[in-house]
Amino acid sequence: MSLAQVPNLIPALPELFIVCVAMALLMFGVFQKQDPASEAQTTKLVTYLAATALVLAILWVGMVSEVRAVGFGGLFITDPYGGFFKVLVLMASAVTLYISQDYLKRQGMERFEYPVLFLFAVLGMMMMISANDLLSLYLGLEIQSLSLYVIAAFQRDSLRSNEAGLKYFVLGALASGMLLYGSSLIYGFTGATNFDALAQALGHAEHAPSLGVIFGIVFLMAGLAFKVSAVPFHMWTPDVYEGAPTPVTAFFAVAPKVAAMALFIRVMMGPFGDLIAQWQQVVVVISVLSMALGAFAAIAQTNIKRMMAYSSIGHMGYALIGLASGSEYGVRGVMIYLAIYLFMNVGVFACILAMRRGDRMVTGIGDLAGLAKTHPMMALALSLFMFSMAGVPPLAGFFGKFYVFMAAIQANLYGLAVLGVLSSVVGAFYYLRIVKVMYFDPVDETLDRPLPRELATVIGIAAVFITFFFLYPPIVLTNAAAAAASLVGG
Amino acid sequence: MWEIGLSHYLTVAAILFALGIFGIFLNRKNVIVILMSIELMLLAVNINLVAFSSALNDLIGQIFTMFVLTVAAAEAAVGLAILVVYFRNRGSIAVEDINVMKG
Repeated sequence: MSLAQVPNLIPALPELFIVCVAMALLMFGVFQKQDPASEAQTTKLVTYLAATALVLAILWVGMVSEVRAVGFGGLFITDPYGGFFKVLVLMASAVTLYISQDYLKRQGMERFEYPVLFLFAVLGMMMMISANDLLSLYLGLEIQSLSLYVIAAFQRDSLRSNEAGLKYFVLGALASGMLLYGSSLIYGFTGATNFDALAQALGHAEHAPSLGVIFGIVFLMAGLAFKVSAVPFHMWTPDVYEGAPTPVTAFFAVAPKVAAMALFIRVMMGPFGDLIAQWQQVVVVISVLSMALGAFAAIAQTNIKRMMAYSSIGHMGYALIGLASGSEYGVRGVMIYLAIYLFMNVGVFACILAMRRGDRMVTGIGDLAGLAKTHPMMALALSLFMFSMAGVPPLAGFFGKFYVFMAAIQANLYGLAVLGVLSSVVGAFYYLRIVKVMYFDPVDETLDRPLPRELATVIGIAAVFITFFFLYPPIVLTNAAAAAASLVGG
Repeated sequence: MWEIGLSHYLTVAAILFALGIFGIFLNRKNVIVILMSIELMLLAVNINLVAFSSALNDLIGQIFTMFVLTVAAAEAAVGLAILVVYFRNRGSIAVEDINVMKG
């Protein structure tokens, strides 16, 4: 009698660590006293432990993902590509968890489920990034999505938050359904769900892939485009961003986007890499539409969270340029873009979290009027982020755009690169409008000061990174290049 | 006589899937109907997977179906929970009333 075969657990150790911590913290929280005072205490402790676990997982991911390793019968893969994105996701989650505390306390939302749900969402994202099979792709995506639906509706007594959760749920479930239908067609017409097997089955280009596979890929792309909120599937983004509690919006703007983009690239470049002729046009179209909508629709917004939603739709459009070029340079461009996007967005949302008057959060763009006189440092940092998002050199945002546009030009997608530059010019208008409001509009009512310490720290670090990135770009570039090579070249 | 083959199953699944999508977009009454439509979509996918699995003589499709069923149950639970909280605040679950934010 032989023992059942033990799967190779080493590649998945960081994920196993996160899931164990999440369940342990859940148990810990459930068995604490339920009165409000001790609940606040528990929440604080659980939040710190969860953030520590995320930071530890960053170190661990760095150790296990230096070489390509496949575990769980081919369902799970770790490679430098996945490692890069996992580090981004973990950093973004740890930081957003850190800056949520003050908000949770003031809004009376201190419940220990919040950090636990964060951990489960992060687990889902790490599984998405490491998926090597349509099955693990779907499961990772659902772990992430189910946690995010709940976090979006986390402010139970706020109608807006509930509505955001409900809208996100309905449209998210629709997207999962489409993705799943696509997966079933791909499975049926190729007989495989594993990415390596799919690449092999679809790699022989002597006969065109069957219509069923093409349909499957289109459905799969629709589901993934929803998750990165690219244009025909973006309609949930503004409402969810506006309605969800601000720290949750900060989380939504960064971590799930990064993870979904990582998954999108892995699926398109891996199993369907040889079918690039079939999907390239689709990616080009959604990229152009996202950039255009992001640039034009944001102009009319008066709520800064809603504006950031359109801005993130636009940014995903730029990132998709890199995927559309379908080359190693393109993938590298997307990775650099997302790394910089993470710092800019975390910084901006830390500023938005600092916008409060007394007990009230304010989110109107007009509420920033005269910020330069009352909060000179915050105004300076926010203008740096805005200039960087608009792509003004020498700030980091310029480099992000530069590398994706270069990749598009190398792939002979000149039209796409030109449209990208044009829409970033249009986009500069609404970013610069915020700078104008802060520096040239008269003070109406001042915002509270001083800023909570954790917000000031995060804003400061993000601003320093954005400003001085040009002095030492290899900090991101070398890792991104090695990671992209491991996906495309390996 | 009539032989029921793979294409029949696929047709049924496609029709059910389309019904699910239309149920989400054309329904103007009740959010519960949307939840049912989502379930219908997932079940259509299951028919697809099982039909392919038996046609290909391959077990992966059936394993996939098991996971989809599990996730669908979890999804329905989360959806209903959010709906309950929403109902407490709004006092209605009509689709037309989900309009605090434009869009």
